[in-house]
Amino acid sequence: MISNNMSIFLIFISAMMVNNILLIRFIGLCSFFGVSNRMETSIGMGMAVIFVMVIASIVSWLVYHHILVPFHLEFLRTATFILTIASLVQLEEMVIRKNSPNLYRAMGIYLPLITTNCAILAVAFLNIDYNLSFFKSIIYSLGVSLGYTLAIVMFAGIRERIELSPVPKSFKGYPIAFITASLMSLAFLGFKGLFGL
Amino acid sequence: MIGQAILVLGGLGLGFGILLSFASRKFAVVVDPKEEKILEVLPGSNCGACGFPGCQGLAEALAKGKTEATSCVAGGAEVTKKVAKILGVEIEPKTELVAFVACRAGIKQAKKKFKYRGLNNCQADALLFTGDKSCVYGCLGLGSCAKVCPFDAISITAEGLAVIDPKKCKSCQKCVKACPRNLISMVPRAQEVIIICKNRDRGKKAKEVCSIACIACRICEKACPQQAISIVDNLAVIDYQKCNQCAICVEKCPQKAIGVRS
Repeated sequence: MISNNMSIFLIFISAMMVNNILLIRFIGLCSFFGVSNRMETSIGMGMAVIFVMVIASIVSWLVYHHILVPFHLEFLRTATFILTIASLVQLEEMVIRKNSPNLYRAMGIYLPLITTNCAILAVAFLNIDYNLSFFKSIIYSLGVSLGYTLAIVMFAGIRERIELSPVPKSFKGYPIAFITASLMSLAFLGFKGLFGL
Repeated sequence: MIGQAILVLGGLGLGFGILLSFASRKFAVVVDPKEEKILEVLPGSNCGACGFPGCQGLAEALAKGKTEATSCVAGGAEVTKKVAKILGVEIEPKTELVAFVACRAGIKQAKKKFKYRGLNNCQADALLFTGDKSCVYGCLGLGSCAKVCPFDAISITAEGLAVIDPKKCKSCQKCVKACPRNLISMVPRAQEVIIICKNRDRGKKAKEVCSIACIACRICEKACPQQAISIVDNLAVIDYQKCNQCAICVEKCPQKAIGVRS
């Protein structure tokens, strides 16, 4: 369990490796299988997730602690976070489109996709559940998103290699991808107990 | 409690709505109407042969006048004409190129040295003892070119040879880069007479590895009335500027290494 008393380093490692959001928690799997066909797209998705997740957790933390808690409306957090994250991604898209067309072209289609990515919402919730302070919640979301990128990039690399291999016909495509993902997940279980986490 | 909940959630929604509407005003991006029109006529396959990041990138560059109307390679003359019309400029016709695989030696003509069972791509095959084909210049036929073709123009025949359909080829040159043997080259679309071999071995050795290899016998060089053919590195080369496609060389070649594109 992560708590606010833990050091920044431990929170970061726990978020990125020990409790990897894709391979240990199994959150955000739709994009994990959807956009991991090619290395390029998975890197694009990973970068967009890092960007959106950090900003979304900053804003959702502020909204929760400075709007919901004072009014005793903690039970509204699901609806509020969905609203917050959706508007936030819209805003980000506009700002990026105006200020940096190259970045917009690179992230382009991934930004709207991320609006409905459960990993983003999960991190916003986990920040609250773990009672993390503002600064530590940023570190935590950075760790989670880097873990997401790490997992999806590795997965894309393996899938690109599998494309070239003589896979039995009944295993072609998603079945072999699922098997690969489960083996990767087993490998990540090896991090359990690292630094006593 | 309910009142507070409605107020807070409604207030948040209203706040975000107002923020977004202001932002959309402030961060509005003015898109050149020309750019949208150009994007519509471009092929939209994002092949990148023009050197810009996808069709969107080219449309932007065209609208700003950064590049010439003939930039779209894949679209050919038709798209160029439409783009020029939108931009209001005159264009000179450009020779259209299509990709061509210079090898027609199947299993019968060039034997296999061993049975290859590795990765299903030509690069890996070429690395393993110079590939399974007896001729080290020949088509390996595992389809690395077909996989990169964004227009589905390349097919692999039963004999294990890559064949490009000139009707489907949009000359994006992706296959040219993909072929580990450098067998694919760009040939003018109108050019029908082509040397279908890349073998640079000397006569006898070339004949040993493949029954239809160019053996650099110089018969075509002497027979050509236009003097368009020359032998470079033991391989016949046609100068497309001089060639008038009389096809005398096709008849004279003892190895049938010069052919007419099917």
